[in-house]
Amino acid sequence: MHGRVKVKSTAQQEEEKRKEREKKLKIYVAARDACFSKRKEGVWDDGALQITQQLLSSNPDFGTLWNYRREILMHLETVKDEDEVQKIYEAELSFLESCLKVNPKSYGSWHHRGWVSTRLPRPDWARELGLCDRCLNLDDRNFHCWDYRRMVVKKSGVPVDRELAFTDRLIGSNFSNYSSWHYRSTLLPLLHPESPEPLPSPRRPPPRSSPPASPQNHSHRVCEAQLLKEYELVQNAFFTDPNDQSAWFYYRWLLGRAEREEMISCVLVSREEETVTVAFSRPVDPGGLMLLLDGQPQTVEWRSVHPRFKHSPVWICDLPPGTISDVTNEHNLTVHWMERHAHRDCALYTGRTESWCRDSATDQELFRSELSVEKTSVLQSELQSCKQLQELEPLNKWCLLTIILLMRALDPLGYEKETLAHFQTLREVDLMRSAYYSDLCSKFMIENTVLKMEYAEVRVFSISDKKLTTLCHLDQLLLVTHMNLSSNQLQRLPPQFSMLQCLEVLEAENNSIEDLEGVFHLPRLEEVLLKNNKISTLADLRPLASCPKLKRLDLRGNPVSGLEEVEAALTELLPSVVDLLL
Amino acid sequence: MAAEDLPSEFDVVILGTGLAESVVAAAFSRVGQRVLHIDRRSYYAANWASFTFNSLLTWIQQHHEEPQPEELQDWSSLLEEGEELIYLSNSDSASIRNVQVFCFTSEEDEEEGAPSTKEDDRGAADGDAVKETPESQSADAKDKAKKQKAEEEEEEEEEEQASQTKGEELSAAQSQSEATRKKISYAQLVKEGRRFNIDLVSKLLYSRGSLVDLLIKSNVSRYAEFKNVTRILTYRHGNVQQVPCSRADVFASRQLSVVEKRKLMRFLTSCVEETDEQRAYKARPYLEFLYDQRLGENLQHFLFHSIAMATEDTTTEEGLASTRHFLRCLGRYGNTPFLFPVYGLGEIPQCFCRMCAVFGGIYCLRHSVNCLLVEKDTNRCKAVIDSRGQRISCRHFVVEDGFVAVDRKKRATPPRFLSRAVLITDSSILPSSSDQQVSMVTVPPVAAGCPTVRMVELCPSTMTCMAGTHLVHLTCQSVGSAFEDLSPLVTTMFRTTESPDRETSPSVLWCLYFNMADGSGLDVKGHDLPSNVFVCSGPDGGLSHEHAVRQAEWIFKQILPEEDFCPPAPNPEDIIYNGENASSTGEEEEEEEEEQNKQGEGGEEWKEEGKEEGVKQQEEERREREGGEEGGENKEWRKEWREGVEEGVEEGVEEGEEGGDVLEEPSDGGVMFSSTNLTTTPAMHCGLKMPSFIV
Repeated sequence: MHGRVKVKSTAQQEEEKRKEREKKLKIYVAARDACFSKRKEGVWDDGALQITQQLLSSNPDFGTLWNYRREILMHLETVKDEDEVQKIYEAELSFLESCLKVNPKSYGSWHHRGWVSTRLPRPDWARELGLCDRCLNLDDRNFHCWDYRRMVVKKSGVPVDRELAFTDRLIGSNFSNYSSWHYRSTLLPLLHPESPEPLPSPRRPPPRSSPPASPQNHSHRVCEAQLLKEYELVQNAFFTDPNDQSAWFYYRWLLGRAEREEMISCVLVSREEETVTVAFSRPVDPGGLMLLLDGQPQTVEWRSVHPRFKHSPVWICDLPPGTISDVTNEHNLTVHWMERHAHRDCALYTGRTESWCRDSATDQELFRSELSVEKTSVLQSELQSCKQLQELEPLNKWCLLTIILLMRALDPLGYEKETLAHFQTLREVDLMRSAYYSDLCSKFMIENTVLKMEYAEVRVFSISDKKLTTLCHLDQLLLVTHMNLSSNQLQRLPPQFSMLQCLEVLEAENNSIEDLEGVFHLPRLEEVLLKNNKISTLADLRPLASCPKLKRLDLRGNPVSGLEEVEAALTELLPSVVDLLL
Repeated sequence: MAAEDLPSEFDVVILGTGLAESVVAAAFSRVGQRVLHIDRRSYYAANWASFTFNSLLTWIQQHHEEPQPEELQDWSSLLEEGEELIYLSNSDSASIRNVQVFCFTSEEDEEEGAPSTKEDDRGAADGDAVKETPESQSADAKDKAKKQKAEEEEEEEEEEQASQTKGEELSAAQSQSEATRKKISYAQLVKEGRRFNIDLVSKLLYSRGSLVDLLIKSNVSRYAEFKNVTRILTYRHGNVQQVPCSRADVFASRQLSVVEKRKLMRFLTSCVEETDEQRAYKARPYLEFLYDQRLGENLQHFLFHSIAMATEDTTTEEGLASTRHFLRCLGRYGNTPFLFPVYGLGEIPQCFCRMCAVFGGIYCLRHSVNCLLVEKDTNRCKAVIDSRGQRISCRHFVVEDGFVAVDRKKRATPPRFLSRAVLITDSSILPSSSDQQVSMVTVPPVAAGCPTVRMVELCPSTMTCMAGTHLVHLTCQSVGSAFEDLSPLVTTMFRTTESPDRETSPSVLWCLYFNMADGSGLDVKGHDLPSNVFVCSGPDGGLSHEHAVRQAEWIFKQILPEEDFCPPAPNPEDIIYNGENASSTGEEEEEEEEEQNKQGEGGEEWKEEGKEEGVKQQEEERREREGGEEGGENKEWRKEWREGVEEGVEEGVEEGEEGGDVLEEPSDGGVMFSSTNLTTTPAMHCGLKMPSFIV
């Protein structure tokens, strides 16, 4: 048709483009080679500066060239006066700006900018902040820019309140950006610190002679008035979009997370075994431990409960034979933990075969620590808000999980039934994470059982038919003598299981246990009931051989009991067992 | 040059430069059709035009004047055998009526102490008195009723004048205390009249609407710039409230409780995909559906009036469809679904005209078609006779409906009208931290039977009003005259002489009421016209440009069903120029092959006599329209225009007159900021050509 504009064909265009590219490549390669040879010769002049500039403006990710450039600039610093240096660096900054336009996420460019900014004789931080703001406007998740901005803020001393207003603005425009929330969490404690008045600590005064000032106690916390405002802000976010995780994570930070005090939680002395067992609130290295017996330092060797642990919350030592074996003697023991300046005493009275000294889990409110920093009334009203959201969004996983955590912080035993129901919903709505929820639920159930046991002041730990998938908090069970784990979904008794130094009877029928690694060197273990599990080889039973007092073993309903000549092999492996059920 | 004749043969002759006609012109020209595009008026864009304050006053004047009696010349001498004549109407005055103007500000600067506030509606009254449009009886009767009404009003207003004088004494006393809010005088409005670009229609571009798609697809977007509408407002319980519509809005809203936030977000999310529940309500009223969602009165108002922009008889299906469209448009260019062209809506038809001219279309303003020459046997229009009496043959004829004689038009329904009001106010109806907000306001019916009013408030940075003012457009379906329909709302929402006690509301400085024919009821075909004549209706009452774009595409597809509608313009460097004029025939094509080799500086050669003439003529028209003293201001623009035409296709970035906050369109997604203006934030500016959105 006539009159139509004629356009080059695609082939023509392609050909032209290809030629263009080839030409460019030739120039680029030549310039690069020239650059390398100049560097080799140690040329640090304006010419080199120019040629690297040309190369970098087409490829700002060329790290070697940035290095060369820095060498040149550092050299120029030594030969020019301050005004000239200022000018050179300012030119460098505007050059960098053009590089950032080519690639706003270039590691090289940002790093070089940071370097130039710190070397600039008279830096213009306001301009740098402006650049960051523009950059974040275009992409609020550019972490290079966030990093650089943090550096600029630090160097230029921007007031914290202005930075907080900055996060207000960013959150307002996109509340899914966790960078802004997280930044906020670092600013709030600086701007609105919790009053340093006596801590509203729910804990008992620690049984220590010289409590060290613990900086963790209030440095992360925010004053209550501000906290209430933050709760409102974050609720607006998760009510607007309950599927957005940023707000939920921030919310959990707001609700607080107490840090467990580092302490010796239990000292156990046994006359018969002539051992001292010490439990700590976290895994430790036994290097700084000292044992005093009746005021006399003892040279002892600490061993962990299982060879797998180099760090462990439970350590054992053997006393020299005969030192405490006489029942008519009374002994005083003290364990010093030099590292923490902590110690704990334990008296072994006349006529007693064993003795211990400890804080119970109920005393420490151990299992409520995750959210327990906040006041009950505040937690209660937050729980109400979340329940309101849950009514509207009954299947939202973030909301359900937060409700569970709040309930645990408020009253773990009272809310047990509701917690279990919510876990069931969670497993259904979030199939991908159902194993995680099962493990978490197991953990909470174990915590509840520990609490129940301690309220009852018994040494029997019974948690049957609770769908347990994992075992934890075993360091809390040092004194337990009877354990009932039957009818759960356990697959193994992990190495930590060997912390149960007082265990005499283990009931673990109707699980899926195939691994007994943790039933190891348990000095008092007499009875192990493993009916209907999945133990399949003799080798799996080998750890039991380390338990000297084992008398009764029930292996019915396990693959291993069907093996040929299994009985003879077992008698050989476990000579102490007198009652073997196969 | 006026004596020069146009070429006597075209593929398509288009009369009228409204949006649909201009899109049609661009589409034809783009695929190589020879297009003659003319308009009887002295300005582009017909009823889609934007005017400076001064040219709007002229426009008002014209609509008060008696239309020139049409002298029917006898063109039968130009008839060939087997042809007959169809005369076109030479007046489109029927589309605008009831023009009334009020001025609420002093004639001169207040310092001079001349409180001679003059109501400028004299013209309006005159206009009504003398207007004798050849209309149906009922329309006449209506006019008479209005005449009376206008007279009454005049009396009323005289009284007001007195009261206002008093008011002004008061305000004079006040002005010492609040010197900050000094009223802008009428003289200032006239003096700064060039700063205004007042649209006759009030529409917005849906950011995923057909017009935006077309602008992007055709590259016409390069000729225009756009601003985001920054907020959606609604009028409720006597207050102006912001409607939270995006995720960020909902999060930040202070009026909604957290539960409402959740319900709103959930409802909006559920709208995206059709559910069984929604299907069940299909034909039932949308209001009923919303009510059953138990959202509460607050949310229901927002969803019904502001997001779905529904009325009582909107069905659930329609309501949900418009909600979906609204949501789809969110976030493409900003936090609201709407865009507004900088310098006013009148830019858009002109951009398409420019595209047409770039590809060889010829333009003449103040030029019309008097009659069509129709071949009796085939009932096809073979040629037209223009206003100079030249016979121009054409294969198709596209015409704005105003030029078609009333008795030849077929309408299913009686013509409907839109009521329009344009206010110049001194502040925004909802002050906020930024004084450069562009707001879309939905006002539900004040009483049963009243129309829903749509209001758009523009700030000076849209280049449609002078600094210190806001331009407010009100639109609704007519029940009575524009004044009757809209003035009650104006008095309740703004401070006028009738509502002087509304201290906190913005004051109206000047306002204009008029009715415009609603183009939505008119079909392209089916009139008593030859089969190759297509009628484009004027602006419709909707918010979007859907109607006009669809009409244009339909016409194009009827005539050239095989061709692409407005394909992207090629890159300037890919165009092969030839030394001959563009209408080269087959024989010349061999030469073109050779020409290709010596292209390069071909830019100069990309012109043809006919086109040049068209352009010159066009410039001439523009110069006249803009007046001698303003000529200098637009030199840049004209120069640019000419270059654009001569070089074929060139980048259409205009030189910003006003402080240069013109932002170049990002050439690729990676461009973050222009190195020169790190300090200024032209954040609300956006080029449509943002590639990240275009696939």
